[in-house]
Amino acid sequence: MSVENTPDNVSSGAATQPNSASQSAKLAFGCALITAAAFFLAFLAVIPTVSSGIPWTLNIPWIPRLGVEIAFRIDGLSLLFGLLISGIGILVVLYSFGYFKVHKSHARLQWLLLAFMLAMLGLVSADNIILLFVFWELTTVTSFLLVGFDHENGKARRSALQALLITGGGGLALLVGLIMLGQASDTYLLSEIIAAGSGITAHPQYLIILALILLGAFTKSAQFPFHFWLPNAMAAPSPVSAYLHSATMVKAGIYLMMRLQPSLGGTDAWFYTLSIAGAITAVWSSLMALRQTDMKLMLAWTTVMALGILTLFLASDLRIAALAAVTFMIVHAFYKCALFLSVGNIDKSTGTREIEKLGSLIRHMPITCIAATLAALSMAGFPPFLGFIGKELKYEGALAIADEPWLIVIAAVAANAMMVGIALTFVFRVFLGGKATIDRTPSEVSILMWAGPVILAVAGLTTGIFPDLIAKSILEPAIAEILSERTDVYLSLWHGVNIPLILSIVTVSIGALIFFKFTKVSQLINSAVAKLPVVGDSAYEAVLDRTQHLAQSLTNRLQTGSLSHYLTIVLSVFVLSAAGTMIYNSVNLDLGNVSPVSPLVAFVVVLMIAAAIVIALSTSRLLSICALGIVGSGIAVVFLVFGAIDVAITQLMVETLFVVLIATVLVRLPRFPGEAHPGKAGPLRDAIIAIAAGVVMAVITLGVALAPLDMSVTQFFAENSLTKAYGRNIVNVILVDFRALDTLGEVAVVATAAMAVIALLKVRAHSQGPNS
Amino acid sequence: MNSLIFSTISRLLVGLMLLFSLFLLWRGHNEPGGGFIGGLVAAAGIIVYGLAEGPALMRKLLRFDPRKLVLVGLLMAVGSGILPLLQGDGFLTGMWLFIGATATDKGLALGTPLIFDIGVYLVVVGGVAGMVIAMEEEL
Repeated sequence: MSVENTPDNVSSGAATQPNSASQSAKLAFGCALITAAAFFLAFLAVIPTVSSGIPWTLNIPWIPRLGVEIAFRIDGLSLLFGLLISGIGILVVLYSFGYFKVHKSHARLQWLLLAFMLAMLGLVSADNIILLFVFWELTTVTSFLLVGFDHENGKARRSALQALLITGGGGLALLVGLIMLGQASDTYLLSEIIAAGSGITAHPQYLIILALILLGAFTKSAQFPFHFWLPNAMAAPSPVSAYLHSATMVKAGIYLMMRLQPSLGGTDAWFYTLSIAGAITAVWSSLMALRQTDMKLMLAWTTVMALGILTLFLASDLRIAALAAVTFMIVHAFYKCALFLSVGNIDKSTGTREIEKLGSLIRHMPITCIAATLAALSMAGFPPFLGFIGKELKYEGALAIADEPWLIVIAAVAANAMMVGIALTFVFRVFLGGKATIDRTPSEVSILMWAGPVILAVAGLTTGIFPDLIAKSILEPAIAEILSERTDVYLSLWHGVNIPLILSIVTVSIGALIFFKFTKVSQLINSAVAKLPVVGDSAYEAVLDRTQHLAQSLTNRLQTGSLSHYLTIVLSVFVLSAAGTMIYNSVNLDLGNVSPVSPLVAFVVVLMIAAAIVIALSTSRLLSICALGIVGSGIAVVFLVFGAIDVAITQLMVETLFVVLIATVLVRLPRFPGEAHPGKAGPLRDAIIAIAAGVVMAVITLGVALAPLDMSVTQFFAENSLTKAYGRNIVNVILVDFRALDTLGEVAVVATAAMAVIALLKVRAHSQGPNS
Repeated sequence: MNSLIFSTISRLLVGLMLLFSLFLLWRGHNEPGGGFIGGLVAAAGIIVYGLAEGPALMRKLLRFDPRKLVLVGLLMAVGSGILPLLQGDGFLTGMWLFIGATATDKGLALGTPLIFDIGVYLVVVGGVAGMVIAMEEEL
């Protein structure tokens, strides 16, 4: 983007400009925008019914035997999240169109944003917990692709992988937890689990279920000690960070905790886990935020802090705590997304996000700066913004939580004070005051890019002045779901002089102090952090390293590249496990019922044994191959004797082709060193393993043959083959009609294997150069 | 392999084996045989020819790229399963036509299982012949 770009040049007649987006990008943009808008309008339309307590539901059976169905249910809580996801989605899609414009992967970004949005909407509206998990993982995958959007950058790739491994690992725990929850509740329907109330907390496996589900929620919502992936995920482009890592995806864990609170909450385990993890996360990340000089990273850490605060408030099942959490979540979505987008604008316009280099941007980017200032004031919790109401509610909630109020109050005040400090720094050092040391004159961005911050900032202001806009219609039904009972919600800016107001004044004073001594504070934190032992990122690094080392040493040991080594391992394991099982269960073979062996079969078997001995002893490959053919043909003869003509023909054909194929390949291979004269220990050991494997296999076969045979299936085929499938050859009728699906699978395997062999041979030939 | 005898016999043999394989395929529903066995016989014939005449002529004999044969076979097998879906039956349910049926005799029964079996035949012929051609050409 050139420095001379004026807003007009971008917004007017974009189609004729050389810097307009490509057709494919426009198509993707259109789809994403229409989808987001359609969902937003649909959610708005269902507000009256949903807020009166009637959820919107949709059930389609999927895997009924496993209790998995495509069930959606939009109640108050889903509606709140749905509105945030689709509403902010519209703004982010518009913003991205202006932000990426001629970027070569613009279309990919828009499609990914759309995919992510759909996954997220599915997550918050799914009523079946398995379906919820599917969407949960889809958000993880799309997030991986979005964080690694700039895939030529190694740092972006690393961050994307880290986010994937941590949230994906948590996702695995979540899956187990959800399945256990479903089994313990006898239903996989979320609404039924919730309706059953807190009975599950008395279940013997409650603690395991809780731990697994919280592991999923904590990793997703970046709670201590899994918090570090979120700031790293800031390698993503600004709109992605705004959308995924502040407004939506990281709230998925919060959503899950809100959703399951009526069922899993209310116990000591729930209370202490959430309040301690939340408090540590909130305080630690607000300290981290003060260390940063990059505006985006500061915002990232304050997001982690906000998630910590939310977790902290979900610990308690008090009404006021839930109200504080839900209100703060809305506040946070508004201001944080506006700030992220504004920082994106500043980055785009000035080329830097470093606080020290920026200043007095209002002169060059007035609209962005005003919107960002309004958002920052809401973040700091000044009246008349919604942030003020949110903060008062937080203090009220913190004071009301009976068990450990001071832990929560201190955490809340400390975190809020640091937010005030950061907000003031943004406003007075970057937007309104301060000195810029950049080498270009920044200019205001296009309307697409400032519209988002402006709308969100205004939303934070209007809902602050007129809180009734959201209190009855959105907050009340959402809180009803968390608490499982409907209570009246009133919000107001002025509560009179009470303890929360006094705490607010304390907060602002500390915040102002931090602002004035900003450099000193961050130095102090830096020197303190340097003394701490490893946390987060370095631990992740160490675990990853160890895993790779372990994998490598295991692979080196097992994958030697020697076929005889592999066979030794496979056959030894087979012999030991099969023989061990038989001895452990003291299997007895009753040989009284074995029918006598006919002379023909005996002759064939002797022939096969002789051939096998020839294979083992021969040093000629051709001779071995032919002897192998005798063994296979002998088996075909045995099939023939027992009347399985089709199987016999197949065996014979396969055997013939096998001999031809092996002969074609083996004859052309060079002789291996030691092939003709193997070492002394080798043959004896190999012989023992081979004979043991043969004996075990024979015993198993004999055991199977001695077991009473259920003839009902055979009878069914014999009776129905001609009448239902019009064929007299039962084997073929089974293959192409009764069990055609099996055959289809087998044929697909044959096709895949053949394609793979052909492809491998071609690749090998090409890599050896054109002359081979 | 430059053997005149082998080469002459192989040309004779391949025709016979291909005919025989079609015979096996056709009668498979009532007598021993079927698409899989027929496909293996055909592949064996083609391989004998290939050993005598080399991979280039083997390709010429097949006329189509073996990978295409595999693909067409697989599509036929899947298609024979999709066909009954159109009239509301389950995937791979047999659909039958009785040509020349009378009150006592069902006549000539032709059905989707035959299409399925031809698909199997093509996959086996294409797959096995394709592997051997690739080996002959590349090794």
